[in-house]
Amino acid sequence: MFNKIMVPVDLRHVDKMGKALSIVAELATTHDADVIFVGITSPEPNALGHNPKEYEARLKDFASSKAEETRYRAGAHMIVAHDPAIDLDKHLLEACEALGTDLVVMATHLPNVTDYFWASHGGHLATHADASVFLVRG
Amino acid sequence: MAEPEEIQGIPAPEGDTQLIDTDYEIGQDNLEGQLGPFGFDVHNPVFMVSALTIVAFVFYALALPEQASAVFGWLRPWLTSTFDWFFLGSADIFVIFCLILIVSPWGAVRLGGTDAEPDYTYVGWFAMLFAAGMGIGLMFFGVLEPVYHMAISQPLGTPSPFDADGNLIPENVARAKEMGLAATIYHWGLHPWAIYAVVALALALFSYNKGLPLTIRSAFYPIFGERIWGWTGHIIDILAVFATLFGLATSLGFGAQQANAGLNHVFGVPINTSVQVVLITAITGVALFSVLRGLDGGVKLLSEINMGIAALLLLFVLFAGPTLMIFTDFGQGLLAYAKDIIPLSNPIGRTDDSYRDGWTAFYWAWWISWSPFVGMFIARVSRGRTVREFIICVLLIPSLVCVLWMAVFGGVAIDQVISDPSGSLVKANVIDSYNPPLSLFAMLEGLPLSSITSVIAIVLVIVFFVTSSDSGSLVIDTITAGGKVDAPVPQRVFWATFEGAVAIVLLVGGGLGALQAMVISTGLPFTLVLLVMCWAIFKGLRSEPR
Repeated sequence: MFNKIMVPVDLRHVDKMGKALSIVAELATTHDADVIFVGITSPEPNALGHNPKEYEARLKDFASSKAEETRYRAGAHMIVAHDPAIDLDKHLLEACEALGTDLVVMATHLPNVTDYFWASHGGHLATHADASVFLVRG
Repeated sequence: MAEPEEIQGIPAPEGDTQLIDTDYEIGQDNLEGQLGPFGFDVHNPVFMVSALTIVAFVFYALALPEQASAVFGWLRPWLTSTFDWFFLGSADIFVIFCLILIVSPWGAVRLGGTDAEPDYTYVGWFAMLFAAGMGIGLMFFGVLEPVYHMAISQPLGTPSPFDADGNLIPENVARAKEMGLAATIYHWGLHPWAIYAVVALALALFSYNKGLPLTIRSAFYPIFGERIWGWTGHIIDILAVFATLFGLATSLGFGAQQANAGLNHVFGVPINTSVQVVLITAITGVALFSVLRGLDGGVKLLSEINMGIAALLLLFVLFAGPTLMIFTDFGQGLLAYAKDIIPLSNPIGRTDDSYRDGWTAFYWAWWISWSPFVGMFIARVSRGRTVREFIICVLLIPSLVCVLWMAVFGGVAIDQVISDPSGSLVKANVIDSYNPPLSLFAMLEGLPLSSITSVIAIVLVIVFFVTSSDSGSLVIDTITAGGKVDAPVPQRVFWATFEGAVAIVLLVGGGLGALQAMVISTGLPFTLVLLVMCWAIFKGLRSEPR
């Protein structure tokens, strides 16, 4: 049913993605789908790399380690944004379309009062993306 | 499966750079967690110390208003008159340093690596650096300064074209007019932009090429080494936060007063604190909206709108005023600037105290205290430019635009004052009585369609404040998050709101004068910081591949 699964990933908080990653593995093997881990970074240095190239290397390492661990096909897609905290939603939607994704699996926080002011990234994607979106509560 | 790497939008390779090898990991000193429903990710201790000290300062200014007003009332003139030589001399060094970089081989170093490509077009880039850098000042001082320097402050001892009774002395007019423009352009030309260029270049170089966090302390790595991650660096960053927040809050306070004066002039809205509090709240509200729309969707968009409206107003004044004379003024202003820049920048042996201490030293301290904010903002949008291109665009082009602006607004105002001294509203509000917020509206009153242009001017004043407030919040958030540009959004909401709140509290409690003295006080240590930065830039550029 699904051929390409997009998985937005925050490499700083991989520890909080346990449930989402198991579901990705299950879906990828059941549907024989390709998985693309999508990460977003800024041109400025950050904890995950001095520059986008270093960040990309980390993202690729993460993708291949997951592929090896759980035996599915995985790739990496890096997005460079000027203002990642704000532009994330827009870039994820664009990536979803550009990559030809038919399912997005994404870890998301438990809803709280802030969701009344601005939607969670997963909520935004679920509202606007053409692909199916599977939000996994942390 | 398709190779995902091939279909993704990876930017051009960064190319060669000389990264600094440090064990420090960006964000390693940060406190990350949840405060109720809100996430936070702030640098410890920069965030807490900055926020608490600012709150303590506000309490001091409000609890002991007389004492605070006496201390700060003494502090500001003491600083500018005692250290005038230091401010003037340092600003000269920054200009010379930038000009040397343009012609030196280091001009070829590309910010972000040899293969980096610019993230923004020239128009977007220029709009942002201009709006953050001095947009609002042009509105406030465009009419005031040329007229004031022509008639009152007497730079380099140039005689006033008016005698003590306000009668015109025709033989003094030509030189006074020329000096009025030259002395103003001096404050808005190469020197301020060189100050911004030094900070911006240091930040861009040490962040994009050396891989250090985008925060002021990074520029000091060549001097202090690993110590910049300790208290040495904390103090530098905390100073930068003070300068930015105090500067923004002061501007918000004074901006609200100018907008109030304009609304009173056009619509008869009363001038009082309540109206100004409503204005600050509205400006902060729009700034919040802009900050939540992000760098591209909010700040850049508003800056471009601003540039468009400012250009329209400039063209209107140019063609509604004495066009030919303005062009002549532009040429003469430039020539006079070129001729007088050396005597005007001379830091010693001068007698024009009113101009040199009251205006120049004050301006330099002001620009320097604003430089962490404007510099960091310029750095953030300048990746991909070469050092030469960067300096030319940050130093020369804005200077030329300022010359044009001052020649148009100042030239028309001077013409109104000289051609009809008794009927000129500008003369009444600048020379006969000192009423700065009204000077721009007084000049527009002398041109056709003044009711429309005055409204446009009020809108422009407000939007310029919004662009300063939103870009300022982004910068403070980045510094207090240890150089992270992706800290949780509620933090920038906090800083934008905090700025507005500080401005309102001090406006109501009467502490804006103290705030202005604080801005100047942070300018003094920061001048030293900037001088050291020049040395750090030199060391950093030397090791870069060209």
